[in-house]
Amino acid sequence: MRPLDSLAKVCGDVRPGEPAEGVLGVVPSLVAAPRTVAEAADVMRVAAELELSVVPRGAETRLDWGAPPRRCDLLVDTYRLDALVEHVSGDLVVKAQAGMPLDRLGETLADHGQRLALDVPLPGSTVGGTIATGAAGPLRSLYGTPRDLIIGLTIVRADGRVARSGGKVVKNVAGYDLGRLFCGSFGTLGLIVEATFRLHPLPAARAWVTRAVGGPDEAYEAVQSVLHSPVAPSAVEYLSPGVVGVLLEGVPEGVSARAQQTTDLLGGEARTSESAPQGWGEYPVGTTLIDVTAPPTALSPMLTVLENVPGAGEPVTVTWSGSGNGHVGLPAGLAPAEAAGVLTALRAVLARYRGVAVVRYAPRDVRDELDFWGPVPPMALMRRVKDQFDPDHRLSPGRFVGGI
Amino acid sequence: MDSELRTLALRLEALLGSDRVVTDPVRLRTYDCDGLANHRATPGIVVLPGSAEQVAAIVRACVAAGVPYVARGSGTGLSGGALPRADGVLIVTARMRRIVELDVPNRRAVVEPGVINLDVSRAARPHGLYFAPDPSSQQICSVGGNVAENSGGAHCLKYGFTAHHVLACEIVTPDGELVELAAGDPGYDLLGVFVGAEGTLGVTTKITVRLTRLPETVRTLLAAFGSVEAGGAAVSAIIAAGVVPAAIEMMDALSIEAAEAAVRCSYPPGAGAVLIVELDGPGPEVAAQFADVERMCRDAGAFEVRVAAGDAERALIWKGRKSAFAAVGRISPAYLVQDGVIPRTALPRVLARIDELSAESGVRVANVFHAGDGNLHPLVLFDDAEEGAAERAETVSGAILDLCIEHGGSITGEHGVGVDKARYMPRMFSDTDLDTMQMVRCGFDPAGLCNPGKVFPTPRLCGEVPGFRKGPHPFEGKADIF
Repeated sequence: MRPLDSLAKVCGDVRPGEPAEGVLGVVPSLVAAPRTVAEAADVMRVAAELELSVVPRGAETRLDWGAPPRRCDLLVDTYRLDALVEHVSGDLVVKAQAGMPLDRLGETLADHGQRLALDVPLPGSTVGGTIATGAAGPLRSLYGTPRDLIIGLTIVRADGRVARSGGKVVKNVAGYDLGRLFCGSFGTLGLIVEATFRLHPLPAARAWVTRAVGGPDEAYEAVQSVLHSPVAPSAVEYLSPGVVGVLLEGVPEGVSARAQQTTDLLGGEARTSESAPQGWGEYPVGTTLIDVTAPPTALSPMLTVLENVPGAGEPVTVTWSGSGNGHVGLPAGLAPAEAAGVLTALRAVLARYRGVAVVRYAPRDVRDELDFWGPVPPMALMRRVKDQFDPDHRLSPGRFVGGI
Repeated sequence: MDSELRTLALRLEALLGSDRVVTDPVRLRTYDCDGLANHRATPGIVVLPGSAEQVAAIVRACVAAGVPYVARGSGTGLSGGALPRADGVLIVTARMRRIVELDVPNRRAVVEPGVINLDVSRAARPHGLYFAPDPSSQQICSVGGNVAENSGGAHCLKYGFTAHHVLACEIVTPDGELVELAAGDPGYDLLGVFVGAEGTLGVTTKITVRLTRLPETVRTLLAAFGSVEAGGAAVSAIIAAGVVPAAIEMMDALSIEAAEAAVRCSYPPGAGAVLIVELDGPGPEVAAQFADVERMCRDAGAFEVRVAAGDAERALIWKGRKSAFAAVGRISPAYLVQDGVIPRTALPRVLARIDELSAESGVRVANVFHAGDGNLHPLVLFDDAEEGAAERAETVSGAILDLCIEHGGSITGEHGVGVDKARYMPRMFSDTDLDTMQMVRCGFDPAGLCNPGKVFPTPRLCGEVPGFRKGPHPFEGKADIF
């Protein structure tokens, strides 16, 4: 029996892949879109029997992140797995299927005065893709990233078995937390099918206080003054070419008082607005995106290195969250060797702070010149975990660190 | 001591010096349990390393000898997670108590695993910072233990658990290799799964913690209700109003009675339940929300609301709550503590059912709980001198856990599974779920020597790790299939 027929016996939507559906150019032989968790499990089981390599796909907003797969026999599209499974507003938790777009989830939650405290930098992105890439925005300063908000996870293993961890209560230490392990795992450990998150109340009021800054040191001083004050911001961001923005959320009288305090801290020409400054919560402009994690003190030296990139027609753009995470966008005009030079220089300066830089995406010619991940000291441990979950290396092979 | 352990003890003495290796049976016995005294085992050997390198050397020596090892911080755990092995080595971190670095601009601290939780906050406080996880045992529990158990505390409702406040851990892997796992590093979030793995994936030797800015304002009130139901209604109203308190704690009549007998906390007489609500944050935020909370308590039927006027009064309000566990000794010769969690909205139904269970069995149950997150600490009281009483208490205790699972909750919110609740894991998780979790363990510790017998009721056989299957591509030669 042909693989397509075997899969069609267990899944209502199976078809050959189209050239336009390539994952970083690797065209899937087949595409399956299971409608239920049980159907997804059957698809994975058949894929295991046929030894097919499997790459999951959500809304394709970050399918170009990471390295191309070595093989892609079967693309599992989660768009039909888009149900809101359970939302008990009194418990401040929600369970949704992997293919549910975060925007839509947010609308439903907002009707109940609640939110999943994760920004959606790329509209349309799904629950599953956000977990798989560990993506977050400015709210990470206060609420963290998907790993900090996920409380339960359902996956389909490489062998087609359905496994759960965590649950639907926020406070729970029973068993290993596979939810956190799967955050940022790029589809290499299993197929994410459902996730449960803790929620937060939507704030009654919010305000952004912004101020222009003159250079790296001024940017750093502004961020520090807010971080070490009692105004309790939800987010503190630096946005190149030179703005520091502070998001305050809470009750109306509280927010206005804190906005005034923040204005005093930032000094001079700081302004308060009810709308976000330009570029807030978006990835920086550029064709190559680098994710940086480093302590807050790394901001100034990092900006200094990036200010003086030779060969760039357009400037390098940076966004930086006060909690110690940022993004760097390299302009299209940068030659591959020059992009590699920037990455090397960036890693060198970050290394002094034990910071890291990971490339998310880059044009093909640039990609070939870049070490996407940089050094990974616990690589042996990671390989062993991978070998347990996916002994035949069929799940998103090659997409992740060390060729995992 | 058998000859295998004796040989290992000599090897460890050679590596660490004899003052760091304990083999004297009397001294060994002082380590025979953690905070849960009904599980006991005298360790074969106790070692007191002073550095990460020494921990690595110990683990390598254990691995070479095929001897199991268990790490222990201050021994305050409540699930037998640090229960030693008679045939193994207990690695005690009591001599690794340096705060290595206090990095104020970056709001983080680097500490050794034996550092006491509260000492981190004490060191940070002059700089306007503190370490947020605050388990009740914070005056004596270690940060390394907090990492193993993913400890919470009364304030985790707002501030989260240890996992949210640990930025990196240097660990000795079960191979004896020293490696750092850090949040945000490329690759799998191994730190995420390591924190809360109850010491089964390696031994922590250094921890980088996030420090939190001290809140500008803290306000605390105590509200007395006629019944637990009325108190529960106030909790629901507060949460529904979008308030995220730093803590909401509830005690029922029996636990109030115990606390009163022990510490004379002078809670309002005649209360069927008291609620402690604490708000913290920027002054104007707290002021606005605190007035709402006070009103919601009265609306739900509070017959008395006391607002703490200062730190001393706040301490008095908390005194009764914090002493509740120990205080139960005043009204009962023995008790079991549970740590089940339920969705907050199930609180009235579950508490009513616990009352029924208590009435049916004649076993008294005192309730103290973190009402904000549905984490119950039912104290099941019994007289250990009475024949069959312990068994009856055990039955009620187990039934309460079943009740938590039935309502979609968990068997443990903060105490951990350890040895104590491993047998309940199959009630909450399927065989496949447990098997999948143990894949992580097999990846880290295929030999199963690192704190074995904890968390999981039955170990998974890790087996041979299959290599990359080198066969023909499944579509090879079938290009015409479409």
